[in-house]
Amino acid sequence: MLTWVALLALVLFSGTTYVAARRKVSAAAGGSPRNMHSLPGYYGAYVALWAGAPAALLVLLAAMFGGRLEDALLRVQPPAAVAQLTPAEQQVFFDDVRATAHNLQASETSYEGPMQAALQAKTAQARQLEALIAYGSVAAAAVLALSGVFLALRRIRPDFRARNKVEGWVAGLFIVCSVTAILTTVGIVGSLVWESLRFFHAVPLQDFLLGREWDPQIAMRSDQYASKGAFGAVPLFAGTFLIMIIAMIVAAPIGLFSAIYLSEYAGGLSRAVVKPLLEILAGVPTVVYGFFAALTVGPIFRSGFHALGEALAGGPLNSLALYLMSVQNQMALVAGAVMGIMLIPFVSSLSDDIINSVPQALRDGSLAMGATRSETVKKVVLPAALPGIMAAMLLAVSRAVGETMIVTMAAGLQAKMTINPLDTVTTVTVQIVTLLTGDQEFDSPKTLAAFGLGLTLFVVTFLLNIIALRIVQKYREQYD
Amino acid sequence: MNQRQFNQPLRHRDDEGAAAPAVHIAVDRGHSADKSAAIKIRARDVNVFYGDKQALFDVGLDVPERAVTALIGPSGCGKSTFLRCINRMNDTIPGCTVRGRIELDGEDVNDRSIDPVVLRARVGMVFQKPNPFPKTIFENVAYGPRIHGLATGKAELEAIVESSLKRAGLWAEVADRLHQPGTGLSGGQQQRLVIARAIAVSPEVILMDEPCSALDPIATAKIEELIDELRNQYCIVIVTHSMAQAARVSQKTAFFHLGKLVEAGPTGEIFTNPRDSRTQDYITGRFG
Repeated sequence: MLTWVALLALVLFSGTTYVAARRKVSAAAGGSPRNMHSLPGYYGAYVALWAGAPAALLVLLAAMFGGRLEDALLRVQPPAAVAQLTPAEQQVFFDDVRATAHNLQASETSYEGPMQAALQAKTAQARQLEALIAYGSVAAAAVLALSGVFLALRRIRPDFRARNKVEGWVAGLFIVCSVTAILTTVGIVGSLVWESLRFFHAVPLQDFLLGREWDPQIAMRSDQYASKGAFGAVPLFAGTFLIMIIAMIVAAPIGLFSAIYLSEYAGGLSRAVVKPLLEILAGVPTVVYGFFAALTVGPIFRSGFHALGEALAGGPLNSLALYLMSVQNQMALVAGAVMGIMLIPFVSSLSDDIINSVPQALRDGSLAMGATRSETVKKVVLPAALPGIMAAMLLAVSRAVGETMIVTMAAGLQAKMTINPLDTVTTVTVQIVTLLTGDQEFDSPKTLAAFGLGLTLFVVTFLLNIIALRIVQKYREQYD
Repeated sequence: MNQRQFNQPLRHRDDEGAAAPAVHIAVDRGHSADKSAAIKIRARDVNVFYGDKQALFDVGLDVPERAVTALIGPSGCGKSTFLRCINRMNDTIPGCTVRGRIELDGEDVNDRSIDPVVLRARVGMVFQKPNPFPKTIFENVAYGPRIHGLATGKAELEAIVESSLKRAGLWAEVADRLHQPGTGLSGGQQQRLVIARAIAVSPEVILMDEPCSALDPIATAKIEELIDELRNQYCIVIVTHSMAQAARVSQKTAFFHLGKLVEAGPTGEIFTNPRDSRTQDYITGRFG
């Protein structure tokens, strides 16, 4: 509450200083912007920034880290009764102190004698500290704002380079934003690598990458020795690969050909209709594709195969017929086909961009030679666009490999080494989901395996994306 | 001289035996002193629209066989549009409609029986910016013969490529690197490569749309030399912004202004004795 009031006051204050600084510099310049180095607004902004920004930063920092500061200060010199407790009990005690101080639900521990006295003393201290931090930070912010304004106002004269200074602030803001994004990425990758290292400590890397058995059920209690768990990821890679291939068999031709139609053949009207429709397809959440696969496509495929099996039954292909009659709703084919449908707009809009970036001059050159439109597409446009189309396909592959929802709902959970598209398979992403959902212990190899899989996935998609973007870049340079 | 007279079709005047009208309404003064030279392309009442905007108004022009005809005029005057009517490249522009007759050897190119693909094999085109395909030099030149099935074997194809490159004056420079990308050549070489590509299908007419505007003076001189040689075999129509170039390479010149053909005739006459004041103004550099 106090934070918000302080921030609002700062905004109003710096707005006032903006106006004041403009007035001051205009008066000093004799009212003519010609006599100033920068436009009057820059002088205003310069002073307003010094008035508002450091103070606001201080208030925000106090709001974010004030609690921790309070906590740390409370623990300095704990009462004797508390000091002899175990660290876990101390933790409970200090949690209760904070809860009491903030009138929140405390734990059900009952404190008596010296402990109760300690609790009361610390609670009072916590209240004091909280008020001190809150009001102290606001007071410090006020001092900071006033001194900032004082110094900044003294500096501005008509020949002061206010524009350069303000642009420096803006550039700094941009740098902070981009650094935030980079640091976040570094943090995510770092935690992935760190947890994976812990996993590879328990399960050797070669067993993980080359092992052919995946059975992550591991003893939860020390007296269970029955299941040791197997962490060979090859069946998962195989399942991922199989589904990716099926998806690309669906998405690559349909996406590419629709891109060719859109960019080379479609008139203005059909383009105006088809392109947004494809984009709607791209906007369908993958979970919707997931239940479309599980509830619609799966049963249709299964009943189709059952009917085929019945038709073949008793004939020379009897064993095939029996097999077809046994297939389930969940199969690689269903997940792959639906994932392929999901990727169509992705492939087609990327390919469309790439085909459109083939210079019109090449098409004109070919048409003017007496080539038909399809000859032009086949012999000039597509070869010219080929590197870019390859890159688009690689990006689609990396999406297929990382796709989770559809396979979770439609591919199954059994880790099998198979290339049979009618079988249930499981993928890397599905296993990550199953390993990390539900109650988990975060130091068993079972959960850590998710990080190992995640790291593998990250490396693969990262490499695919880098290769694809390299190709696209190289290809763009050719024509720009 | 009012607007109406300019829009008047030329047919009456150019029809056999029709006497020239007393009033000088136009335009095409033939192409040489020798009236017997054959006419390859005969355009009459050509009107072109881009959507609602009219780009050409009742253009009538005769293009002689085995000669260079230059189309000159300020930017946006319709000379490129007219050029693109001849091989129906305007078909590829959405919303572009062409009305009127353009005859190639007496056949209307806009007739429904004419396949634009066949027409374009007969009427080659060279563009403003060199546009070699991202293929090898050999494949660039072999492109046309391949799609039209002109060569029955590898040897024949190689012969066509070699002779086309020779006629385009490029053979000596590229003979030892036929299988390197055509896009690696210099601008002037690329433009000659594109000309070689065009003549590889033995067209009857070559249209050139400002072929030298992206080239330096030396490359330009080479292309002009080449055009001069090619005119012994082909009917060439060239759009150019350079009056000097028109004067150097062409035998006949047509001056376009605001979508209308103002004046056409033997190049010497147009440049020394223009009949229309606008032509005079343009060639003396007073506008455009």
